[in-house]
Amino acid sequence: MRPRIAAIFRTTAARLSALFLLLFTVSALGLVFYVTSLSERMLVTQTRETIDEEALSLASIYERAGLPGLVRSITLRARRPGANLYLLADPNGRPLAGNVESLDPGVLETTGWTQRPFAYRRFGEDASRPAGEAEPDESGHRAIAQISRLPNQMIVLIGRDIGEPERFRDIIQRAVMLALGLMGLGALLIWFFVGRQALNRIDAMSRASRRIMGGDLSGRLPVTGSGDEFDRLSENLNTMLARIATLNDGLKQVSDNIAHDLKTPLTRIRNRAESMLAGKRTPAQYREALEGTIAESDQLIRTFNAILMISRLQAGYSAESTGAVALSAIVRDVVELYEPVAEEAGVELTADAIVEADVHGNRELIGQALSNIVDNAIKYSAGVEGGGKVEVSLRRDGQRDVIAVADNGPGIPKEDRARVVERFVRLEKSRSQPGSGLGLSLADAVMKFHGGELKLSGREPGLVVEMSFETDEASK
Amino acid sequence: MTVLASSGVGEPDVQTMKILVIEDDREAADYLEKALGEAGHTTHVARDGEAGFSLADSESYDVLIVDRMLPRRDGLSVIAGLRARGNDTPVLILSALGEVDDRVTGLRAGGDDYLTKPYAFTELLARIEVLNRRASVRDGETVYRAGDLELDRLSHTVKRAGKEILLQPREFRLLEYLMRHAGQVVTRTMLLENVWDYHFDPQTNVIDVHVSRLRSKIEKGFDKPLLHTVRGAGYMLKAG
Repeated sequence: MRPRIAAIFRTTAARLSALFLLLFTVSALGLVFYVTSLSERMLVTQTRETIDEEALSLASIYERAGLPGLVRSITLRARRPGANLYLLADPNGRPLAGNVESLDPGVLETTGWTQRPFAYRRFGEDASRPAGEAEPDESGHRAIAQISRLPNQMIVLIGRDIGEPERFRDIIQRAVMLALGLMGLGALLIWFFVGRQALNRIDAMSRASRRIMGGDLSGRLPVTGSGDEFDRLSENLNTMLARIATLNDGLKQVSDNIAHDLKTPLTRIRNRAESMLAGKRTPAQYREALEGTIAESDQLIRTFNAILMISRLQAGYSAESTGAVALSAIVRDVVELYEPVAEEAGVELTADAIVEADVHGNRELIGQALSNIVDNAIKYSAGVEGGGKVEVSLRRDGQRDVIAVADNGPGIPKEDRARVVERFVRLEKSRSQPGSGLGLSLADAVMKFHGGELKLSGREPGLVVEMSFETDEASK
Repeated sequence: MTVLASSGVGEPDVQTMKILVIEDDREAADYLEKALGEAGHTTHVARDGEAGFSLADSESYDVLIVDRMLPRRDGLSVIAGLRARGNDTPVLILSALGEVDDRVTGLRAGGDDYLTKPYAFTELLARIEVLNRRASVRDGETVYRAGDLELDRLSHTVKRAGKEILLQPREFRLLEYLMRHAGQVVTRTMLLENVWDYHFDPQTNVIDVHVSRLRSKIEKGFDKPLLHTVRGAGYMLKAG
């Protein structure tokens, strides 16, 4: 249980609650201080005003009636319920009249307002104190007072108990403290439960992800169905896992294909070497076998290079190698390059409809992609009855520049068209043809790198491969 | 090890070169040293960038073969350092990277040619022989001659035994390149690079067909073959 609680206190929710609690406490304390000091000051001011009035009235009584009148008046006033404090003392401080029994020593030696509250005791005070009132300390109640001296050096003290404003302040303080305490407790509880719930959800997610890391890629994170942020997170992560699983399957498929396609030439190389060693051969035969071995290895290297290049293209290329490229020049180059091959294969290679078009890209890559497509087209339309035909064209199609290579070969069934651009996918009937099976994949990777697309469509008979580029407006 | 086919038709004019190989991989360096030696060249090997730089800086070589990734100092920095000191020995860069970018950065750093690992030794040999400064002194010539074949670079005419042969522009450039490097083996990728200016590996026999077309034009009706096929490597134009 201990580490678990420790874990809750480490959660973000707990930290946030603690911070809020702290802020709230500080501001509440500030408020209490402000309210109590303000109200206390108001009460004190009121008190002083009252005392000032009393002092004035007692002063006029003394003028009119002299000392006896003052003594009488003070005695009278001191008997009223809830009365102020009155004290008339001789110059030595001995009380003559009033309701004050004792005072802090030294209070009477000053004149004017007392600087700070002082303690005092009234006559017969114990009996008159209301029940529940705060126990006065040993020296009695606390009060403020105005002290003045009569012309004959007699001392007059008029004061007022300040217990009331102090009690008022105490009540407010106690109430606020209680409220704060309750809030703190509530925050702790919420903190504990919310934090624990969040922690439970996160623990469940951690457990699920550990299972997945352990190799169970079919595992998914728990979704409670409440649609809260944890659910949204889980759903997103699950989508990501599904994508990873798809990629993983693709990778597996590709490695299977690689294994299959590379095993054949490797086996051939090995068998050739073995059979050469098996019997007595002429130097010419050895030479032939070695040359065959080199040729096969070169084909393997070519295949590897193509795989590498596709991966690099898919990983993205730096922009350093790109620039404005004249598509029309590339089309003419490639057609010119392949024209003798086509003629030798009995295929008519034409490029009649070519518009001038510039795109932003890499001339080498586009050239290689187009060569692969033209190469395929010639290969598959060779030997077609009535002669093979390959037409290469470059047209402007709205905002796109499209190079199309159309042949009159057997074409590719609609359902297989998406598949043939995948790495190593060669339809069964073309497995006998030489080639790595990477030509179209490479062309596809090149098009994606250029932000364009490779489209395969059919015609009767034949296949149309289109390289569709976004027009480079900037280079116009 | 004999690298070139000794089928009798055209041995290349082997000119002994002094070559510096800067390569940290022991096996690759040993193989190059041995194979270049068998091809008749003198080879020195440096195993890291600093050693390679000081060797290339202090001795005179015909060609440098520089691996890109080297300990202590990388290949491109070695080349740039040499170029900065006015050393213009031709450099062939070897690299396992082999992207269009790498080629561009390699050549920009001062390399003269670029070859991606794994490579065929015949390809490497053909390329360094073409790079060799002492062999390629034909820049200033306006007329190339090989036997009774004559190519005029200014008037764009080709004659054999005084008789004019009509060539397509691309065929002319193909022959021009072959004659410029007469007596040297040129590979298919070298032809694609220098005649068509594309640097990819031609998947099929596109170059062969161009060459055989050219061959039929310059050899038809004549006894002596001029354009020879070097098996496992490429082509060579040579009289006799």
